[in-house]
Amino acid sequence: MVKKLNQVRSGTLFLSGNEAIARGAWESGAHFAAAYPGTPSTEILETVGEHYPEINAQWAPNEKVSLEVVAGASFAGARVLSAMKHVGLNVAADPLFTLSYIGATGGIVVVSADDPGMHSSQNEQDNRLMARAAKVVMLEPSDSQEALDFTREAFEISEEFDTPVLLRVTTRICHSKSLAKVGDRKEIPVKGYTKDIAKRVPIPANARKMHTRVEERLKKVSEWGDGSSLNRVEMRDTSVGVITSGISYQYVREVYPEASVLKLGLTNPLPWKIIEDFIRSVGRIVIIEEGEPYLEESIRSRFLIDARGKALVPNEGELNPELVRKALKPESVIETPIQATALPGRPPTLCPGCPHRGAFHTMAGMKFSSTGDIGCYTLGLMPPYNALETTVCMGAAVGVLAGIEKALEGMEMPRLVAAIGESTFVHSGITGLIDMVYNGNTGTVMIMDNSLTAMTGGQENPTTGRTLQGKPAPVLDLVEMVKACGVNRIVVVDPHDLKEMKRVLKEETQAPELSVIITRRPCIMAYKPLRKSVAAHDPDKCVHCKACLRLGCPAISWDPEAGVPAISEMHCWPNCNLCVQVCPVGALSKDLEGVV
Amino acid sequence: MEGTTNIILCGTGGQGILLASEVICAAAWNSGFDVKKSEVHGMAQRGGSVSSHVRFGDKVYSVLVEQGTAHLILSLEKMEGLRWAHFLSPKGRLVSADIRINPMTVNTGAAEYPDVDLLIEEKGIPCTEVPVLFIAKELNNYKVVNVALLGAASTLIPGIEVSAWEKAIEERVPAKAREVNMEAFNRGREVPHIVKEVRT
Repeated sequence: MVKKLNQVRSGTLFLSGNEAIARGAWESGAHFAAAYPGTPSTEILETVGEHYPEINAQWAPNEKVSLEVVAGASFAGARVLSAMKHVGLNVAADPLFTLSYIGATGGIVVVSADDPGMHSSQNEQDNRLMARAAKVVMLEPSDSQEALDFTREAFEISEEFDTPVLLRVTTRICHSKSLAKVGDRKEIPVKGYTKDIAKRVPIPANARKMHTRVEERLKKVSEWGDGSSLNRVEMRDTSVGVITSGISYQYVREVYPEASVLKLGLTNPLPWKIIEDFIRSVGRIVIIEEGEPYLEESIRSRFLIDARGKALVPNEGELNPELVRKALKPESVIETPIQATALPGRPPTLCPGCPHRGAFHTMAGMKFSSTGDIGCYTLGLMPPYNALETTVCMGAAVGVLAGIEKALEGMEMPRLVAAIGESTFVHSGITGLIDMVYNGNTGTVMIMDNSLTAMTGGQENPTTGRTLQGKPAPVLDLVEMVKACGVNRIVVVDPHDLKEMKRVLKEETQAPELSVIITRRPCIMAYKPLRKSVAAHDPDKCVHCKACLRLGCPAISWDPEAGVPAISEMHCWPNCNLCVQVCPVGALSKDLEGVV
Repeated sequence: MEGTTNIILCGTGGQGILLASEVICAAAWNSGFDVKKSEVHGMAQRGGSVSSHVRFGDKVYSVLVEQGTAHLILSLEKMEGLRWAHFLSPKGRLVSADIRINPMTVNTGAAEYPDVDLLIEEKGIPCTEVPVLFIAKELNNYKVVNVALLGAASTLIPGIEVSAWEKAIEERVPAKAREVNMEAFNRGREVPHIVKEVRT
């Protein structure tokens, strides 16, 4: 099981969609891959980094940079892959839209991992619309075998038709596992760099020609797609024909095995001939797709037919077999013998020992809240902290605070600081800070530095000191970087030193000028404690004030019978004594000697 | 599809749900079945609810189990089992660990932990409770609760021989923890028989 997967040259593996994409890239002879972590896409690059050393793989500071470096590698004739979550493609949209004009020297595959249902995202945008807007070829696999095969096909299409290819997947593809036949790696030499200004410099005179080529390319790929095995007609009962793609295909097959199906793997440009033939050979047309009515609107407007789609399944949330059954075969809806029970939710929480707990607890105690950002620390919005009030996108904490200040100039400011993790700050928060300096803001920005991209499972970033493939790397010096932006007040504080944290927060928020607080303490995923240590509670000293419970620590619960807090031995994090610090009577104690 | 076995595993972050579902999939694959599983990562890792759907049979399409069709729900936390119980088929069974983990809302007093046993009885949910904490204590290893529960449930999963389970554990569990997990599996496997004896 520990074996690296590049040692497996043939056979069948049980792979997640993400693992299958990594495998497909490896088999295609890909040379280079870059990404910024983002659920549900993260494991693609992690798998490449762990199992496929033939591919030079790296984390980029953000999605835009990841696409730019793979673009450069493609210009130098390498086969390249960049992977990101759906909202990451917004960040990378600028290079993507013009790369579409420039094309691909070495094959370019861009993975967009969409998150319908928003399991771990702030919106559920459907990036099939991005592929259409960028005029790039798009493929949609429906299981792990296709994720592998379509990745291989994507490299071929990219080079043959001189286009970046968007491999559009969703959470249920990325994080589902199924059996996949694998093959060996095909070694392809890097073609090398040749100067080609007309191809790679889209000044208007060149770009106009490029656009013409893009339009021709879409026509050619559409015609090619009519004969491609990416698309499949399955003729069964001809009274109903279902047109579908991606994960929706599986639900259709599950609930309506006798229906005729046109399964589209190539969804931009659409293969019009095969669609037209299918429409002619069946009775009623139904379009089952997750998200926006992308296929529906395209097909309806092209053929002016009355195909039903979003009238039957919602465009919000994920599809599932229940919804597809209700749409296609309402008479077969399955009775559930047991009714659902209303139960208290179990939202995620900050881990025991989390550095952020000290910062948010202090903020809550001082009635401070934050303009927030994307990461573990978004959980600062939860009780008992209630210390986060806005989230827009990666990096927005800083700009949003700046804007609130500008709108309220001369008026009373709400008690807000900008709270942003170090990885998110490097991703796109720093430009907001430069704006604050430049435009004379005076607020407080709190960079929560745990030196790891934590929410996505603990990936390296420029502050970690290590690369994706485990090589040592220089540590980005946040203090020097902030200083270079022009910030004069910079304080570094350990957020688990509650007294100091409080003093710093008070002092910096009262300062008449822009201030940056760096709360610095490593993520608990970044180190292994040397020994176990559990907080001890003395019930005789306890005054039952529940101050420890207000930490929101998963290791502390209330024992209603004894009327005292109960410490969970399993959850108590060795290198943390926040509860000891907040107990007003010294009823809690802990030995921290030699745990780290 | 008819003939497909549908299993849902649930619990909270860090309990080993994903390893348990990996073992079921490997055992089913070892037994010659087509297998699919689905799970949700990301925010769920931070102590939130975690679930995994596993389906195996001659040919599996949907990765998700449909409501009212689960043959088994394996729950590593009592309330989480109840949360998924409406997925059970008329002949399905909930196999639950004797573990209670308070959500943060209960710890802070914002919500109350329900009387799960009472609700299970009132709703008539067929349920086997497995004393995994007892097994874990005997083996002096809390981490094996997932595989102990799996051992108990394995007797209720059709089409997979003991040898396929053992091979799956060998394949999926890291070498240094293999022996204790095998033991936990075997002790879990005894449980349904013990329960039956007590009831009859």
